[in-house]
Formats: sequence, C-alpha cells, structure tokens
Amino acid sequence: MDLSGFRDPEVARRLIDAIHQTVTRPMTLMEVCGTHTVAIAKNGLRDLLPQSLRLLSGPGCPVCVTSNADIDTAVEFARQPGVIVATFGDMMKVPGSRSSLSREKADGRDVRVVYSPLDALALAERESGAHVVFIGVGFETTVPLIAAAIKRAAESGLENFSVFSAHKTVPAALGALVNDPQVAVEGLILPGHVSAIIGLEPYRFLAEEYSVPSVITGFEPVDVLQGVWMLATQLAEGRAEVEIAYTRGVPEDGNPTARALVDEVFEPSDAEWRGIGVIPSTGLAIRDSFAHFDAMKRVPVHPEPPKEIPGCQCGEVLRGVVLPYECRLYARACTPEHPVGPCMVSSEGSCAAYYRYTDHGKR
Amino acid sequence: MANDTILLAHGSGGTLMRRLIDEVFVAGFSDTGSPALDDAASLDVPSGRIALSTDTYVVSPLFFPGGDIGRLAVCGTVNDVATSGATPRYMSVGFVLEEGLRVDDLRIILASMRDAAAEAGVRIVTGDTKVVERGHGDGVYVNTTGVGMLAPGVSLSSTRCRPGDVVVLSGTLGDHGITVVSTREGLEFSTDLRSDAAPLNALTAAVLEAAPDVRCFRDPTRGGLASALNEIADASNVSITVDESSVPLHPQVVGACEMLGYDIYQVANEGKMIAVVPAKQAEAALAAMRSAPYGQDAAIIGEVRDERPGTVYVQTPFGAARIMDMLVGEQLPRIC
Repeated sequence: MDLSGFRDPEVARRLIDAIHQTVTRPMTLMEVCGTHTVAIAKNGLRDLLPQSLRLLSGPGCPVCVTSNADIDTAVEFARQPGVIVATFGDMMKVPGSRSSLSREKADGRDVRVVYSPLDALALAERESGAHVVFIGVGFETTVPLIAAAIKRAAESGLENFSVFSAHKTVPAALGALVNDPQVAVEGLILPGHVSAIIGLEPYRFLAEEYSVPSVITGFEPVDVLQGVWMLATQLAEGRAEVEIAYTRGVPEDGNPTARALVDEVFEPSDAEWRGIGVIPSTGLAIRDSFAHFDAMKRVPVHPEPPKEIPGCQCGEVLRGVVLPYECRLYARACTPEHPVGPCMVSSEGSCAAYYRYTDHGKR
Repeated sequence: MANDTILLAHGSGGTLMRRLIDEVFVAGFSDTGSPALDDAASLDVPSGRIALSTDTYVVSPLFFPGGDIGRLAVCGTVNDVATSGATPRYMSVGFVLEEGLRVDDLRIILASMRDAAAEAGVRIVTGDTKVVERGHGDGVYVNTTGVGMLAPGVSLSSTRCRPGDVVVLSGTLGDHGITVVSTREGLEFSTDLRSDAAPLNALTAAVLEAAPDVRCFRDPTRGGLASALNEIADASNVSITVDESSVPLHPQVVGACEMLGYDIYQVANEGKMIAVVPAKQAEAALAAMRSAPYGQDAAIIGEVRDERPGTVYVQTPFGAARIMDMLVGEQLPRIC
C-alpha cells in the first residue's frame, strides 16, 4: 500500500491548522498505544499542536505493562536445565525484580530472540533435545499468531514446545483507566493494530458508560493528526462516540477469524498490569484442551516473590499520571543505557521515546 | 582440496596448512600482487605520512545479497583509511577459520576480497590463518589492516567542523543492516534489497579534489548515521541539524525498519560516506560525490550549527525538530 499520502506535509499542515482552530480550551488526550507514542515523538508532532492540548502516553506498550512477577517467571524458565527460552527482542533487556533475560543469557542460559512464535516452533523442531518455552507477551494483535503456533504444535504432535501466556487485552484496561480518579483523560487515541482484530464494538462502553470520546487511529503522521482532530472535534461539540479514523486498517467488526482462533486456544483470565494492578478478564490463559502447551503446566517454576523497583514511576507513566520526564529517575538514574524501569527499555516505551527523540531533562 | 572442509590440522603449521596457503590463499589472491611467503611484507612507500587502520569482521550469515564477509572486510578497512583522506595502498588479512568450514566457501570469500581489493587499488601483502574448533567461531572471522598514503597538507579531523558547514551523504541509509538481518532471520521484506558494501576511496578522493577544505569524512557503519553525526557534533563542539526529507532512503528499508522497530538512522551501512564541508564548497562536493562510483544518490542532508553543542537534531517534514540519538546497546526487534 502506498502510504506517502499519510506522510504528506501539506495534508499534515492543514490538519494541524484545523486542530488549532478546534482546541479552544485545555484538553487532555491519551495515546493508548506505544506505537503512537513513538510516531508522535519521532515526527515531533507534540511541538506542532496547541499548548493547551496535552497528550499523555498510556498503557499500550506490551513489554511495559508486563508485571515484575511475569518477568521473574520468564527468567526462572531460562534457568531451568534443558529449557530454551524464545522471546521477542523487546523483552530481553526488561529488568525484573532481580534479573533480566539478557542477563541470564550472558550468564550462559539459552535465550533466543525470535521474530514470530512460528520461529519458536521451528526452533523446537530443530532442538528436539530441549524444551522451548515461548514468552507470550503482547495484545490482541500478537495473540492470533501465538494461538496459531499452539494449534500447529498440537496438530503436528510437537512435544517440546510450550507458551508462557502473559498476554493482555486492551478494552477493559481502558475502562479501569478512565475510572481512575487520578487519571484525567478526556479522549482516547485508540490503537489501530489492536482494533484491526477486535473492531469497534469492545470500546463502545467507553463512550456510552464513561462519556469518553475515542477514535481508532493509524500510525502515520497524518493518521495521528486526523485522530487528534476527530477527538478535539468531539470534545468541542460535546459528543462522546467511538469513531474510526483508520478506516483503511480497521473494519468495524475487526477480524472475526483471528478472534475465533484466539478463542479456541485461550480463555479470559485475570491479569496483573504494571502500575495498574490486577484487572479482571484482561489476561488470556491457555484452555485446558491445549494444556499440553502451557509452560506453567509443563515446566513448573516458582520464582521468588517480586520486588518493586525503588523510585521507578513506570506505573504512573503508564497510567498517564506523570509524563516520562516528570519521573524522578528520568534521564538521571534511568537512561536507555542503564534502564531502571521497562518504559525506558522497550522501543515502544514512552520514556524511551521521549528520551530518544526529545531533549527533556538531558541538560 | 575442492570438496574439503577446514580441519584443525589446517592451522597446525604442517603440510596441510602449507597446502591451504598455496592452493587457496595464494591462488585466491594471485591478482593482488603475489605475496611472498616470508613472515613480513616489505613495501616501498613514499616519504610523508601514512594512515593506518585495522578492523575485525564478524557477520552472520557469511554470505548475503550484495556481498559477503570478504567484501565487507576489504571495503570496511579501505573506507576507514579513506576517511582520513589517504589513498589506501596495502592491506594485511588475518583469518580465524572454524573447523568444518567448506573450503569452497572460503574460496568464494577470498575471491570477493581479491575483487574488492582490485577495485580499490589495494594490494593484499601479508596474511595469517588460525583454525579454531567447531563451535568456537561463526565459520570465518576476518581481520584486515590497511595502510594508505596521505598527500602533503591533507589533515582531516572530526574536530574541525564549524557552524555553517554542510553535511553531505553519499546515498541511501540502512541497506546493509537491513539486508543482513533479513537474510539472517529469513525475513523476506523485498527481493531487491542488497548490502551496499563498497570501497569508497575513489569517492573520497573525488570529494577531496573538488572540495579541498573538506573538514572530515565519516563512514556511518555500526551505529549508523546517528553515531557518526553525534560523534562529529561532540568532537567539534557543535550541533548538527539533519533535514529528514532530504535524506536518501529506500522505501523497502524504511518499511522494514518500521516493522522491526529499528531507527533507520541507527542501522549500519558499509558503502556510504558522510562529508562535512564548508558551505561554499558544498555544491562542488555534492557534484563530485554524485559522479563518483557509489555516489549517484548523494544529497546534502544537513548543516552544522552552534546552539546546543553536542546534539544532533532532525527537522521533520512537518516543521518540528527532534533529537537524533545514538544507539544504546544492541538493536533488538520489537514485538510484531
């Protein structure tokens, strides 16, 4: 697909002008998704928008919202003899309570970076003497492929492959956020990729129950500006609806086939979100019919109780209560070279995005 | 030895090693000036100053579209020597071979080195080989050391950039890094993506002639453009602003970077050169680059400024500015 129109500076300029005309009072929006945070920072969009428009980063970086307990569990898998841990690259450097996967790798544990859960399947086929545990982290976008990998493993009778499911689902977490009195968000820039799977319906309650305007938004600069403009317009007109700005990527009913696949392999469970706590039914547990591929059942581990990282405000950053550079550690004790919390580690983390693309707090 | 593989004995100093040197190395490098098999090469050099640079090459996979470790090892060191403004002349090569390497693969690598050296006008004059046990190396590691001659009066340094200077880049960014990662991981982004590994000494010579006051050259290899420009900004105590819309890029590389979560400015190049030149010589430098080999896509991409020394900014097409930061740690793909 030719995306050049969505990067056209002239179209962007017109949207920026329209936003300036629409925003006549202070407004606070949240970009839920880490990819949006990066797109906004990378294109310098924040500086082009009205000063009275505050853009907060939300909990949409899957690595960042992974709890210390889950990272500790992943580390514990790596420490088991005969286990190969396969993970997306983002997870490698995220510090848990006491270690990280990259530190475990440096200590000689077998930790491999894969690009897809299907790569982890192929790894299990090659390494038939070991058990491959895939660290399943991600939102609705990532889960269908992991469900497919588990189904394929079941169909081929693969014995040495399992998944540690630390997946999360987005809509209910947004409900918890807008319900949080500390969080003063008036409009939500909803994640395009996640919505491509789940469609529009699961967000409806945000507008109907909480009166929070919400716009499903794509990731090119013009997409983001269009989403911001649609939200500002709703707020200015006193409307609260769920709209789709990203129509080329998101059909209203999402992707039913992918959802059916997920539903066959996973069932809703409670999940702990960093900074937010346990949110009912926002996790995905592997169904009993696929228990053979559940790492928690195949390779039982018992990590020590998790420790919180002293001074780290990732939890507040993820809820939009503080901006990255308002954290006490930002750019001082916590930098990409010496990250204290996950928001400074992941390429989608809001602290990493602010650090990489802005000069806040550096001098 | 056509169908042979490398054995530990090939590094033992005995007859097998002698055969390897005679039949593979000397035969492979025959066009570059038949190195004598003494322990040291003796070379005629004109009086004056020389430039000396060494680098060690490890890459997986050994072969990738657009090149292999051999081409990389020659071009990388040729380019390092060329950044000083010198004319590369001689090269040493050192190999660490892993037991089990196919001799045919080694021959291909040597042929690439021979061709790249011939293209750069460099003679390979001495070498060394060691063999390590299987599992202790990635097939082949190569070290090359290059010697170049500096013309009188040529004194380039990344400390010499001044506000008002202009940054010229010789072509598209990220082709090498993305080609290697996509070959290694079996990611098929595009069929026509190729490593840019190339010797750039003809290009630097042309720029030096057209723009004699060039402040410095830099080849944006590991760490990409971001590391190269940040190092220049630090060394000269200036800031650099890059105009994003003027940076030459392949759309496939842009797409791959977005998918992987890589910053294109941090991706490695092996056949690109940055020149910082005084503004009044910028057009001459650009024209020289564009007519030199591997420089047809060259562009003026930015300028040197005095505010916020040590910082590199990117001016986005939307009129905003952001930081161009250096790569921290290793590049890791994100959750897709």
